[in-house]
Amino acid sequence: MNGARPEAALTLGPVLFHWNPERWRDFYFKIADEADIDSVYVGEVVCAKRLPSYEKYIAPVAERLSRAGKEVVLSSLALALSARESAAIAALAEDDASGYPIEINDMFAAARLKGRPHMVGPFVNCYNEGTLAFLARMGAVRVALPAELPAAAIAPLAGAGLAEIEIQAFGRMPLALSARCYHARSRGLSKDGCQYVCAEDPDGMDVETMDGTPFLAVNGIQTMSFRYANLLRELDPLRALGVTRFRLWPQGCDMVAVAALFRAVLNGTLDPEAASAQLADLVPEAEFANGYVHGRAGHAQVTETDGTPFPLSWS
Amino acid sequence: MSAADVELVCPAGTPAALRTAVEAGADCVYLGFRDETNARNFPGLNFSRPELADGIAFAHERGAKVLVAINTFPKAGRPDLWHRAIDDAARFGADAVILADVGLLDYASRTHPDLRLHLSVQASASSVAALNFYREAFGIRRAVLPRVLTLPEIAALCRDVPLEMEVFVFGGLCVMAEGRCSLSSYACGHSPNIDGACSPAQHVHYLERGDTIQSRLDDFTINTFGSGEPAGYPTLCKGRFEANGKLSYLFEEPTSLNTLAILPELIDAGVKAFKIEGRQRGRAYVAAVVKGFRQTVDAIRRGETPPVIDLGAITEGGRQTAGVYKGNWR
Repeated sequence: MNGARPEAALTLGPVLFHWNPERWRDFYFKIADEADIDSVYVGEVVCAKRLPSYEKYIAPVAERLSRAGKEVVLSSLALALSARESAAIAALAEDDASGYPIEINDMFAAARLKGRPHMVGPFVNCYNEGTLAFLARMGAVRVALPAELPAAAIAPLAGAGLAEIEIQAFGRMPLALSARCYHARSRGLSKDGCQYVCAEDPDGMDVETMDGTPFLAVNGIQTMSFRYANLLRELDPLRALGVTRFRLWPQGCDMVAVAALFRAVLNGTLDPEAASAQLADLVPEAEFANGYVHGRAGHAQVTETDGTPFPLSWS
Repeated sequence: MSAADVELVCPAGTPAALRTAVEAGADCVYLGFRDETNARNFPGLNFSRPELADGIAFAHERGAKVLVAINTFPKAGRPDLWHRAIDDAARFGADAVILADVGLLDYASRTHPDLRLHLSVQASASSVAALNFYREAFGIRRAVLPRVLTLPEIAALCRDVPLEMEVFVFGGLCVMAEGRCSLSSYACGHSPNIDGACSPAQHVHYLERGDTIQSRLDDFTINTFGSGEPAGYPTLCKGRFEANGKLSYLFEEPTSLNTLAILPELIDAGVKAFKIEGRQRGRAYVAAVVKGFRQTVDAIRRGETPPVIDLGAITEGGRQTAGVYKGNWR
């Protein structure tokens, strides 16, 4: 049923949460051994303070993934405040000895790659063709778009032919970054003396409104959606626009099984509705959302459309 | 930087506010076109093309500069609106444009090589590496720094990066990395980056529930107030939420920035320009704040002790802080 569509690949984004180092390693080992995923992004994106705890596992994880035939991409920090953090981003960007391509998540790193082919992560503001053209000139070959972009923006970017376009299709959506750590603040601690309390919430810390409506999730300096993105129903129409990559964000659930559902829908062997029902069973704690791609509020879950998959013009 | 060289950069949401700001002593005013090309795209605000031409003439006759904010991220497929804004700002003789989007910086630097480019706070450039990137790639002359840096960090940037630095000295406070926050679009579908407004009024409701008033942004309660309390505007990141079993202002209290007391330190740090937030505020606010900062800068310039000026009555929420620049805000 998908014969007219370009090939689409499945991508596993970097773990955004602060997992126990051995859990982090074993998660990727399992992905390497069992998951039907094409590309795996590895590295610390959210908080530089976490990296030392699992840095020693990055090389063995990358090697095992690579041996399993998966493309490995090294992801870099999204927000550099200290000179040390900037230096870490620059060092990763400038190191072409690892043999793995880099995903940049802070705009300035684009210049450090000196034109070498690289990936641009969803924390870089690529909203339009002008920015996409600039990034492509700097060497970007693949750009993961920010979560809030509607299909009206995705269509011209995926159709521009300047770089491969990747869309976030599963997991809590990254919404904001801050110089302040809200995990620490929620415990009356400062960022410098945070005691790594973010490790207590391996899927993020739920944030509710005063009247008990689940709303957001906090992951250290990052604020995320309470709801998980689920674009199973939108995979095929997004492919028709030229999107060739779909990103799954690691959550605490069985990601091998999650990837299998997305793969089955991409292959046309499972109906998106049936896959969505199975996904709800796999992640019973999650509520799902697809509002952004439909040009609606990000938390919205759109199930009824007016005959088209989603609006392709700006409202 | 000596006090003689610093500039007061003041908000002009309307032509009337522009005149008020210039007459109150603004060195520069900043403003935007009446559309989604700028980050204060609120009903009833901003400038038509003829109003911009008149405003520039009025300011220039009085020795003041006009900076045009074109600091949202163009909608894919529709870059013309943003390109035209840059072209018109250049054509009307604006002293600079304030940009955040890399595609627009690229367009402006190629199309209008003589146009002065300022990096908007919406670009969220807060490190030496980031600022140097924008300087080298696009030839920006000034950067507006995020409101999340401490005084020593600002001083280090002024020292290490050959750019003019502009910092916010008064008004609303963003706690997220600016231009990298989608909380508003998640809650109500309105994106500061794309549509030019955060938590906009058309999505705000106040609901009376018994003795309390809930302030809501579409489906989400942002805060609740007792009958005697003034119900504040539900800016998302200034709301009260429950996390880890505790109700709190999780992101930030509803406070306003006021740096009058530390202006001498900001001048010593090497800051070139002091920015007053508030294009959405009325003429009374503009007049009082610009005058207060003018008097303070002039007193410092003359080597005098600055007068004590109370701006508490006009801050949003009534509470003030210099806590980002001073102390352990993080």
